Amino acid sequence: MLRRYLAKRLVVAIPSLLIASLIVFTLPRLIPGDVVAMMLEEKAYAKDLEELRAKLGLNRPIYVQYFEWLGRAVQGDLGESLWTRRPVLEEIGQRLPITLELAVMALVVAIVIAVPVGVIAAARQDTVQDYTFRSAAILGLSVPGFWLATLVIVLPAIWWGWRPLTGYVEIGKDFRGHVIQMALPAVILGIAFAAAMMRLTRGMLLEVLRQDYVRTAWSKGLRERVIVLKHGLRNAIIPVITYIGTQLPQVIGGTVVIETIFGLPGMSRFLFDAINQRDYPVIQGVNLVVVSFIVAINLAVDALYAALDPRIRY
Amino acid sequence: MAGNVVIQAEPAVGSGQAVARKPERSRGAAISRALWLFARRKPIGAASGVIVVAMLVMTLFAERIAPYGYDEAVRGARMKPPSAAHWLGTDNLSRDIWSRIVYGARVSITIGFATILLGTAAAAALGVSSGYFGGKYDLVVQRIVDAWMSFPYLVIILSVMAVLGPGLLNVILSLSIIVAANGSRVIRGATIAVAQNAYVEAARAMGCGHGRIVVRHILPNVTATIIILATIGLGAIILAESALSFLGFGVPPPYPSWGSMLSGSGRTYMYRAPWMAVWPGVAISLAVFAFNMLGDALRDVLDPRLRGA
Repeated sequence: MLRRYLAKRLVVAIPSLLIASLIVFTLPRLIPGDVVAMMLEEKAYAKDLEELRAKLGLNRPIYVQYFEWLGRAVQGDLGESLWTRRPVLEEIGQRLPITLELAVMALVVAIVIAVPVGVIAAARQDTVQDYTFRSAAILGLSVPGFWLATLVIVLPAIWWGWRPLTGYVEIGKDFRGHVIQMALPAVILGIAFAAAMMRLTRGMLLEVLRQDYVRTAWSKGLRERVIVLKHGLRNAIIPVITYIGTQLPQVIGGTVVIETIFGLPGMSRFLFDAINQRDYPVIQGVNLVVVSFIVAINLAVDALYAALDPRIRY
Repeated sequence: MAGNVVIQAEPAVGSGQAVARKPERSRGAAISRALWLFARRKPIGAASGVIVVAMLVMTLFAERIAPYGYDEAVRGARMKPPSAAHWLGTDNLSRDIWSRIVYGARVSITIGFATILLGTAAAAALGVSSGYFGGKYDLVVQRIVDAWMSFPYLVIILSVMAVLGPGLLNVILSLSIIVAANGSRVIRGATIAVAQNAYVEAARAMGCGHGRIVVRHILPNVTATIIILATIGLGAIILAESALSFLGFGVPPPYPSWGSMLSGSGRTYMYRAPWMAVWPGVAISLAVFAFNMLGDALRDVLDPRLRGA
């Protein structure tokens, strides 16, 4: 049954992906400023505009370009960067792991902070603890990540002469150095999501704890721990998981700012530079990879529901 | 807008009866009583309201409040720490940071309110029509919204900003698209719930047209949802605007916005003048915090069912 449901979901996902691919394709082409003129100005790639345009395949009708691009994309070929002439997929392959690592670490940070704090806040509703956590969460939602990152870079440098590493440390070369380098950006990225997730966990758990079966559990004399975690959290966690699924694009989007500040050579910075240089194949490629990835994650989230909640059957 | 919302909250707070009993009491007194009740019930929300009002005043009277112009280089005051003459210090171009923050409020507030108005209006049009008519129209609209929502916001905004170029109006437009897509989903849900009510069916049986049903029966009943979405979204929009400005896609310099004050050439000087790094961020955080708290408080007063949502 689950397999059939997932297959159905996959079929529904295809139109969304197609619309997304169309958006991905047309959006960068609307960017004013001509990449060909820019390239000619900076580097003499060809004799004149028309020759370079033909060379890059940009002189054909836009729909021809779209279908050709889509056809190749399905086969795993995303074209090559207009600037570096290197295959986009290869370039993404080098950068995607950094962005994903950052996003996953940020999510882990968020979950590790948010779920326990949310549970405590709900179990101790309207106590000092609850108010403290809730205020902290709203503060976490209000402080911009790029400002926190700026402070973390500037203030320790002034106070103790300490600066975060500049230049990316590869995981294979220096594991400890790499983890230390990634930890700070991940925590900063994770804080905002932790705040929102904590509020949701608290809200959902409070809702569940008001249910009749929870009152029954209390009257059976079960320990608070069992009631809150087993009867409460298990039922409250599903919306939280949905939330994690829907927030994943935003976590990945958040890496744009963080990668720029900390100088991490991830995919988001690659995209940011590509937008500035109007490197269409790169913009399209990165966006398509991100969107496909997100669709896949959402499918996985749906599958996870069934595992968590035996009532959900398809 | 904040003022309007408080007035809307008035009957829910419970002063309506008091006004009805004593018709001689002026409208001003009724409003101030509603505000007082709101402040007693939601002290943090009320304090946030004061911050929001202060920001509105800063926006309207920036020329009077700011001691210097936003781009005025003060002679002999390069990177001076906070002092009596320069409350928050000066930057690497000898400009008074407090003055720039006051003018920066104008950008945040203008973009915040304009985006919310435009985005929520679009969201309401999209959400109500999609929820009311349903069928194929709903299906198509929702698939497009799905596709939009599967992109990271920042990526959409950056792409749109790259298309439109930096500038106040373009920031508003690109942020409105996000607000519209997200909000339409929630408003659609509310519309579907309202449309199932018997009175909508009754209106249809009496021969009302779609336009009349939507305007007279559906819209008034989803207004609370729309107002709540709008107030809660304001903080997030100010945050998003500051991130855009930080990345260099906001209002072009030298006009100050809080996000751009933290970026650009100033960053290299922050090690010698840390106040340059501190105050704009404090301004953003305070503003977003105030809007979030006010939004939360208003939601609790206007629609307790949505608490914790």
